[in-house]
Amino acid sequence: MLKIKQKASQRPYLLWLILLGLLFITPVIVKDVYIIHVLNIIGIYILHVMGMNLLLGFCGQFNLGQAGFYGVGAYTSVLLAMKLGIPFWLTLPISGLVAALFALTLGPILRLQGHCLAMATLAFGEIIRIVLTNWVSLTNGPTGIGNIPYPRIGSFSFNNDHRFFCLIFICVIFCYFVIVRIVHSRMGRAMRSIRDDDAAAESLGVHATHYRIMALLVDAFFAGIAGSLYAHLTSFVSPHSFHWDETVKILTMLVVGGSGYLWGGVAGVVALTIISEMLDVLENFRPIVYSIFMIVVLIFASDGLYGIYLWARQAVVQSFYREVK
Amino acid sequence: MILDVKGVSMNFGGLAALADIDLQMEANEIRGLIGPNGAGKTTFFNVLMGVYKPTKGKIFYKNDDITGRKTFEISKKGISRTFQNIRIFGDMTAKENVMVGRHNHNRAGLLGAVLRPLKVKKEERDIEEKAEEILKFLNMVDFKDEKAKNLSYGQQRLLEIGRTMATEASLLLFDEPSAGMNIKETAYLTDLLRQLRDGGLTILIVEHDMKMVMSLSDKITVLHFGRKIAEGTPEAIKRDPAVIDAYLGKTGH
Repeated sequence: MLKIKQKASQRPYLLWLILLGLLFITPVIVKDVYIIHVLNIIGIYILHVMGMNLLLGFCGQFNLGQAGFYGVGAYTSVLLAMKLGIPFWLTLPISGLVAALFALTLGPILRLQGHCLAMATLAFGEIIRIVLTNWVSLTNGPTGIGNIPYPRIGSFSFNNDHRFFCLIFICVIFCYFVIVRIVHSRMGRAMRSIRDDDAAAESLGVHATHYRIMALLVDAFFAGIAGSLYAHLTSFVSPHSFHWDETVKILTMLVVGGSGYLWGGVAGVVALTIISEMLDVLENFRPIVYSIFMIVVLIFASDGLYGIYLWARQAVVQSFYREVK
Repeated sequence: MILDVKGVSMNFGGLAALADIDLQMEANEIRGLIGPNGAGKTTFFNVLMGVYKPTKGKIFYKNDDITGRKTFEISKKGISRTFQNIRIFGDMTAKENVMVGRHNHNRAGLLGAVLRPLKVKKEERDIEEKAEEILKFLNMVDFKDEKAKNLSYGQQRLLEIGRTMATEASLLLFDEPSAGMNIKETAYLTDLLRQLRDGGLTILIVEHDMKMVMSLSDKITVLHFGRKIAEGTPEAIKRDPAVIDAYLGKTGH
C-alpha cells in the first residue's frame, strides 16, 4: 500500500491538470441544465463538507451550527450587494470572513467539548435562523430576498448554471488546497493529536482550545463562502434554506463519505446527492430508501464510503502480491 | 533545585488524595515515586502537569511558580510526561507522534500552513529529521510510517517516551513506563532512562517494578494514602519500617 502512495505522489501535478481540464470543459460538453445544476449544488456541499471535515474528522469536534454560518455568509453577501452595491467579487470573501468572525465570537464556547460543544453550536445555528426570520426590516423575514444580482465581469454575467460552474469549482479547488495544506502542517498535526488524545497533546504543549477555534474558523469561512455562492447562484435566499436540516444533511454526507479522510466528504456528497436525485421517482418513499442506504453504509463501514474504497484497494494489492509470489 | 513542591494538598470532595506533600528535586537526578495502589502517585503527576489545580500548596519549576497553570503552558516551560495507560495518537504515524512533540519549537500558524513559505518548509524538514533521529535512538525507525495504534505495546510505551524527548523538556515524568513490558524490554527501558539522565535530563518516575526503580533511582519518595511517609536512598527505603508496613501491612500487633 505504501508503494502505491509514493508512486502517486510522484506525479501529482499531472493528475491535477487532467482533473482541472475535465472540470473546465464540463460545462461545454454537458448541455443539460439539470445536470450542471446538480453539479453546482454538489460543489457547494463539498465546500461545507471539507470545512466540517477539518473540524470533525481532523479535530474531533462537532459543529451543529453549520447552517448558521451558511446563512450568515449568504445574507452578508446579499445585503452588501443589494443595499450597498458592492460587487460579488468583494462580497464573496467578505461573507467568508464575516462567518469566520461569528465563529470567533463562539471562541469561548470552544472550551466546551464533545456533546456540550455540539449543543452550543446547534443553539447558535438556530439563533441565526430565528434572527434572519424575524429581523424583517433587514432581511425581509420569511419571505426571503429575490432578484439577487448575478456576479459579472464587465458585460459578462454569470447568470446561469453553466456560467456559474467554473466559479464554484475554483472555490472548491481553493478550499481543497487550503484544507490539504492545513492538514499536512504543524497546525494539522496539532489538530489530529487533539482528536486522538487531547490530554496527551496538551502535555506536549499543544494548546487544544486554540486549535479547535482555528478549525471552527476555517469551517465557518468556507460555510460563508458556500452561502454567498448559493445566494448568487439561485438568486434567492430565505431563512428556510438555513434550517438545521441543512446541518444534518452536511453531517450525514461527511460521515457516510468517511470523516477524517480528505476525499471522504467529497465521496459522501457525490454519492448522497446522486442517490437523492435518482430516488426522486420514489416520491414519498425517498427519505426512507435514502436513510436505509445511510444506515447500511454505516453498519458495514464505520469509516464510510472512503473506508470501503481503502479496504478494496488493500484487497486488490494483496491479491496482486500473492500472484507475484 | 529544578522542582520544588511545597505543601501540596489535593482534595476531591471529602477525599484527600494528596496531603501536604513536599518534594524537592535536583537537576539531573532520577527520582523514584513509589507507593501502594491508590497512594496518590498519578494524582501527584496530574497536579504537577496542571490537570488539577492543587487545593493547597505551591509548585515551583526552576524558581518559577507554576501552580495552577494550564497543562500546555507547563509543558512549554519544560516539563512533559507519559501516561500510565498509554495515550498515543493512534491514527497518526509513529513519526508524526514524535513530531507533535516538537510543537513548541516552531511557530507556523494558519498562514504559514497555507502559504508554506521556504522558512516553514525548512522548519518542517528539521522537525522530520529530528523525529527520525529520536526514532532511530529508540530502534524504531523501521516503524516510522506505521500507524501508532498498530504498534506493539512496548513500542507504544517507547513512542510515548520518544514524544516527550522531542519536546526537549528538562524534567520528564514517567508514569509506570515498564508496565506490560517483558524482561528484555524492561532492561532496554532501564538503560534508556539512564542514557536520558546522562544526556542531562531530570526524571521523576512512578514504577511498580521494585527491582528496576531501586537500581535506577538516586532517591526514592514513598507515598501512602496521599501522604509522604519516607524519602531517601534506595537502600534506606528498603529498610524503612514505615515503608515495609505500608507494603506488607503492620507486623507484630
